[in-house]
Amino acid sequence: MQANTYAAAYEGGFESPVFGAQAVFRSVMDAMARPGTIVDLAQPVSAPAPLETAAAAFLAALADYDSPVWFEVEDAEAASAWVEFQTGAPVIADPQQAAFAVLAKGSAVTDWRRFSIGTSSYPDASATLLLPVEALEGGVELILTGPGIETQARIAPRGLPEGFVAAMQANAALYPLGLDILLVCGSRVSALPRTTRLTEV
Amino acid sequence: MQATIPDRKRVLDALLTAATRPLAQAYEALSATMPQALPVRGPEIGMVMLRGRIGGGGQPFNLGEATVTRATVRLESGEIGHAVLLGRDMEKARMVAHLDALAQRDDWRATVETRFVAPALEAEAEERRRQVEEVEATRVDFFTMVRGED
Amino acid sequence: MYVAVKGGEKAIENAHALMADRRRGDRSVPALGIEQIASQLSLAVDRVMAEGSLYDPELAAMAVRQARGDLIEAIFLLRAYRTTLSRFGNAKPLDTNAMRIERRVSATFKDIPGGQLLGPTFDYTHRLIDPAMAGDVSVAEPLRREREDDTACPRVTDILDGQGLIEPDVPGDAEPADLTRSATAYPVERDLRLQALARGDEGFLLALGYSTQRGYGRTHPFVGEIRIGMVDVEIDVPELGFAVRAGSVRVTECQMVSQFKGGKGGGPDGEPRFTRGYGLVFGQSERKAMAVSLVDRALRADEFGEQRNAPAQDEEFVLEHCDNVQATGFVEHLKLPHYVDFQAELDLLRTLRREANEHATREAAE
Repeated sequence: MQANTYAAAYEGGFESPVFGAQAVFRSVMDAMARPGTIVDLAQPVSAPAPLETAAAAFLAALADYDSPVWFEVEDAEAASAWVEFQTGAPVIADPQQAAFAVLAKGSAVTDWRRFSIGTSSYPDASATLLLPVEALEGGVELILTGPGIETQARIAPRGLPEGFVAAMQANAALYPLGLDILLVCGSRVSALPRTTRLTEV
Repeated sequence: MQATIPDRKRVLDALLTAATRPLAQAYEALSATMPQALPVRGPEIGMVMLRGRIGGGGQPFNLGEATVTRATVRLESGEIGHAVLLGRDMEKARMVAHLDALAQRDDWRATVETRFVAPALEAEAEERRRQVEEVEATRVDFFTMVRGED
Repeated sequence: MYVAVKGGEKAIENAHALMADRRRGDRSVPALGIEQIASQLSLAVDRVMAEGSLYDPELAAMAVRQARGDLIEAIFLLRAYRTTLSRFGNAKPLDTNAMRIERRVSATFKDIPGGQLLGPTFDYTHRLIDPAMAGDVSVAEPLRREREDDTACPRVTDILDGQGLIEPDVPGDAEPADLTRSATAYPVERDLRLQALARGDEGFLLALGYSTQRGYGRTHPFVGEIRIGMVDVEIDVPELGFAVRAGSVRVTECQMVSQFKGGKGGGPDGEPRFTRGYGLVFGQSERKAMAVSLVDRALRADEFGEQRNAPAQDEEFVLEHCDNVQATGFVEHLKLPHYVDFQAELDLLRTLRREANEHATREAAE
């Protein structure tokens, strides 16, 4: 059993761990610095479901022994083994301890209060959520304001969970605490850090 | 046949702590005939946290880190080999991972045993005996002085 | 306040070149090899590994060479290097009972199972500089003696524990605190203290241990046992599903048997029994391990209802000042340019003087 779970774990990492991780780090930093822009992580990384390419590349670059990963879907055994082998990060059962949470499509926003929003001494001890969406374009438009956005930016992802905008507004109100969110689709991401304020058009 | 865990642990324990030079020589001599090792992960250098126990047998505490090198390789035939060893010898980690993979193949198990594992264990036993005997020579033999009274 | 000062680039570059020259010294003298340092200055290398908190003799030897023998500088280099490595995991706790012993002595019992093994010690040398050290006199191979019985060497404290005369180890597998991963919030538990002490400055801890002997937090210590030797490092490999022996490390362990206590800190019925101090450090360093065990015991004052009025009993004082990399950073930063701060101080001083003068003149006029 062990051997089978691990078979897929050995495949699909960065071709060049150092340069791959550096490129993804740079892209994610750009995405976080300019909320609402769509960034292609453009790495030939592949991992077992439910990890989309961008989520896999993100974790391969940023997850390590000190940053526990949590999966919302229950049958993520192969993906867990992949994360553990490729990144060394522990995959854990308790969402409160997660540094990175891989959400399910249409994840219930009411469950997000289970994640750590940091403490006033250590606001960085909070979770980053990877939320898969159907598409990053073509949905209902939302207006973004805040740091990294000169006036306002717009995003229109499809397949956001119900109550997403209200949840993001509540999250922004927690600043400097709060969650950071990365919308993920295929190899592309769009970031909504806790500093970004979201309103409907 | 899948190698059982004690066998595989015995092979890895012997090779991971074997002296590099004789291991590399034996490896060199056979490498032309070996099925190739394809890199899967590493060799890469990192650290592990070493721990002690409070009082020697109590709760664990973090003592300090040590450098380690790990490698994972795969053979064309599918066997995966792993190595993790103290220090920063990337070539040794790769060799041991390769030998770990080979030891899982029926046609290579005996060779890995006779050319690598057995000599390593023998050298280790000899080295340990030397250590023990050198230290034993510094053992204090107390003489109890018998006093005059009953 | 800091201010950017430009114009030193050339001077810095030349200073580094000069430092490299002085480090190499007379070119007609052969350069030091890393293997020479690792094998012939091994106790310096051990200290750098212990306080650098990274076990790697080759790297530590390189650091000693690069630092021209300044061990705190070498420790700093090793600490800096370790920040560039990612952590793959934790090893299983070292089993010091299974140590391959190179030295083992007890000051509490003459006859201990396994014997007293002096090993490669400076004890009983005359502390006279040996003229032979000026040259390259050949050194004889050490004598060997067959070990007659295969007696294990149980820890002396376990022998006392078997008779209920000493506080026992409390076994467990709780996840220990790690000061390299989260900020320290006082009070802390003994696991974190032992981690801080293991990487603490030998000189600072030696002085603190000494202070407890001189009455500043007295603990009435006896060396139950000191053992030095190699211990296997077992690392779990999740992909394998079992732990492998990744190598072995040399450590020094000191069991200090201290002041007996009744009531709180005593046995199950409050009967008196010995208390303990513990020290475990990388490498061969019994001075450090002994100092750690003295300070460990002193820091347990609260546990045994003892008054805390000596420096060695003050947890925050000891832990916040035992790290020589932190200490050297803060002390040595004083030599960096403070031109603007000092100008402000000068201004303030001049203003105060002027005001005092004016005041005196006014008073004289009145």
